Amino acid sequence: MSANQDDANLLEVRGLTKTFGTLTACDHIDLTVAKGEIHALLGENGAGKSTLVKMLFGTLEPNSGEIFWNGQAVTITNPGLAKKLGIGMVFQHFSLFEALTAAENIALSLDDGSPISTIAAKARALSYSYGLPLDPQSLVGDLSVGERQRIEIIRCLLQTPQLIILDEPTSVLTPQEADKLFETLERLRSEGKSILYISHRLEEVKRICDRATVLRHGKVVGHCNPRKETAASLARMMVGNDVQAVVRAPAQGIETAPPLLEIRALSRKPATPFSIPLKNINLTVRAGEVIGIAGVAGNGQGEFFESVSGEVPQQDAASVRIRSKDAGGLSITGRRLMGAAFVPEERLGHGAAPRMKLSENLLLSRHATDGKVFVGAGGMVKSDAIYAAAQRIIKAMDVRKSAADPEAAALSGGNLQKFIVGRELDRRPGVMVVNQPTWGVDAGAAAHIRQTLIELARSGSAVLVISQDLDELFEISDAIAVMHNGELSKPLPIAEATFEKIGLLMGGAEPGHAEHALETS
Amino acid sequence: MDITVNILLTIATAATPLLIAAIGELVVERSGVLNLGVEGMMIMGAVGGFGAGYLTGSPWIGLLAAIALGAVFSLLFAVMTLSLATNQVATGLSLTLLGLGLSGMMGTSFVGQPGARLPNLDIPGLTAMPVIGRLLFGQDPIFYISIALTAAVMWFLFKTRTGLTLRSIGDSHTSAHALGIRVIRYRYLAVIFGGACAGLAGGHLSLVYTPQWVENMTAGRGWIALALVVFASWRPWRVLAGAYIFGAVWIGQLHAQAFGIPVPSQLLSSLPYLATIVVLVLISRNKRLTMMNTPASLGQPFVPDR
Repeated sequence: MSANQDDANLLEVRGLTKTFGTLTACDHIDLTVAKGEIHALLGENGAGKSTLVKMLFGTLEPNSGEIFWNGQAVTITNPGLAKKLGIGMVFQHFSLFEALTAAENIALSLDDGSPISTIAAKARALSYSYGLPLDPQSLVGDLSVGERQRIEIIRCLLQTPQLIILDEPTSVLTPQEADKLFETLERLRSEGKSILYISHRLEEVKRICDRATVLRHGKVVGHCNPRKETAASLARMMVGNDVQAVVRAPAQGIETAPPLLEIRALSRKPATPFSIPLKNINLTVRAGEVIGIAGVAGNGQGEFFESVSGEVPQQDAASVRIRSKDAGGLSITGRRLMGAAFVPEERLGHGAAPRMKLSENLLLSRHATDGKVFVGAGGMVKSDAIYAAAQRIIKAMDVRKSAADPEAAALSGGNLQKFIVGRELDRRPGVMVVNQPTWGVDAGAAAHIRQTLIELARSGSAVLVISQDLDELFEISDAIAVMHNGELSKPLPIAEATFEKIGLLMGGAEPGHAEHALETS
Repeated sequence: MDITVNILLTIATAATPLLIAAIGELVVERSGVLNLGVEGMMIMGAVGGFGAGYLTGSPWIGLLAAIALGAVFSLLFAVMTLSLATNQVATGLSLTLLGLGLSGMMGTSFVGQPGARLPNLDIPGLTAMPVIGRLLFGQDPIFYISIALTAAVMWFLFKTRTGLTLRSIGDSHTSAHALGIRVIRYRYLAVIFGGACAGLAGGHLSLVYTPQWVENMTAGRGWIALALVVFASWRPWRVLAGAYIFGAVWIGQLHAQAFGIPVPSQLLSSLPYLATIVVLVLISRNKRLTMMNTPASLGQPFVPDR
């Protein structure tokens, strides 16, 4: 450490480039992070943020470009080297091991040979000092997403890094948990540590970040001070043009409209040791309304969707009613035939078969409901009719693609999602249930999908949307219910709902959890 | 009394190769790799062990050759599945087929020849003790290795940092890679350890169990070892229990057949398989523990994006 480095940047990146095949994920990125600042890396999904930080942490190798650490050129070839330099990372998709305890997870990333019990004690002490209480003996598979993130953060802090990289840390937190995180980050900044904060949430970037670098399509499109910008101006930088706002016409006469989807005392035992049991869920969705279900990931939303869609039929036929008829015992096809439509969370492998063409994927989901149109005498498939229907959907939803009828996996996430939603909308379903409609979808496509869901409801259908994105739910819902630990709150009319109220419901009453006796051999 | 001791000794001899092969495969699978080539590696160990013992006259050299041949054979699997990311199931199956064919070819001149047998332990004063003497101090050396190996693997997997790292790779290789753990290197070592164990198990067959070379002499024991690992939910002491239950019922039904019990012999021969499965299923009823011990990334090829 020579004296002239006092005001040098902690980290400087020059011309960093990474290509995957023909795609340039990062194109000559320049970035500086000063000591003791919170620096935001802003950009939409697919802008290259995650690729950039993976190169900084040594899990990806750049094609070209230089990285300077405290003014010295460095090559970071693996995460171990990054850790030695003093770079810590909290991953977006957590890099935790579900079948191991919190303490074991932490021990795995520390290179010293100290025994697990010592590490557990250190982790517990550190976690309490930062107000992020952690039980080192708990099994990660049993923890909520917020608690898992605590493990990641504590694990990172135990390595005493100079630079902490957080990749979309609040996308899985309740607003209250996010507040707690911001306090922690501010405390770390006051201790002289630097933070590289990746997000696409503009409000929080304006709130806690000192500087911002904006990425679009793998290129740096601007540096700014987020406190001096407005959310709209930041969004314009990120997206490249103005995003059309979603319009929600007020719903008329909902109270007297017929209930199209009714959930009555729906309960479900956990299917696997790590899944959430559903407890006595009641909900009515009437013609013309959009009901949103908020909740931190992993609180039973997946199990709830499986039960409503018929992926897992219920014992009690009356627990799910579609158009006033019992549907609980029916399969997904049976429920589709009653006029319901479903869009699952996972696009590839669940919503669509990746290696099949869009037209084939269309037939897969609608072979029963549109049997007369798509399947002819003797079970022969009518390719022309299916192709025409696929093209109709592609046009209606503005799906951008490289070929006339490409494989599902060849589409970008946003475009495939538009096709999958469009495939269901094309039937004009009376009941539409969507899980994470715009997860990982760019802002323009997301606005389009949201608008079509509102329009479907206003044309007389019942729409149920499960989402972790609170902004989205406030944009499209007429009422919001919250799922926590397998229980569903009563829907709160949108006029009465606030971020704070919903956030408190998302956090549940008590954050604690039971300890489990573990057999180790 | 002597008959009981003799029966117990034959049970141990029948269980030992299963235990060794299964413990090796358990370590492989705990690292997230499914090697279905156990039978092939075992038979290579058997032919190599017999051949080296027969040619040099020393069963100890035979033992080392068995271990080495199993390890080298598993290295072939490791290069294919880990470095070239081929399908583990298909590669494992072809390893078995290759092993059965290759060993038959290598062993043509050994057929009918008398082999070298590993001597049983004989400690003056101790082995001659009544009943427990022969059980504790008078068995073949590989029996003692198998018990020590089981204890060592248990200690390694659940008490050491390296064992924890190995288990973490089996749970999620992407997470392990993100932490900077050398996934492929660990898996190579695990696969080679598994191969060495399978080779040793094969060596037991041709150097202790029946000290001669017969084509296909493993007779499906590699497959039983594979099944034991799964039914034992990847836990060493359960593998030990499973191997001994199988050995006991196997020997029991042989005696039953010899006594001429009026039950079809085919039914009796299937008893060891049935009994082992039933017992192991009963002891792994706890779904939660089974989930925790199942390597979640088992059988998935790992290709880090670079």
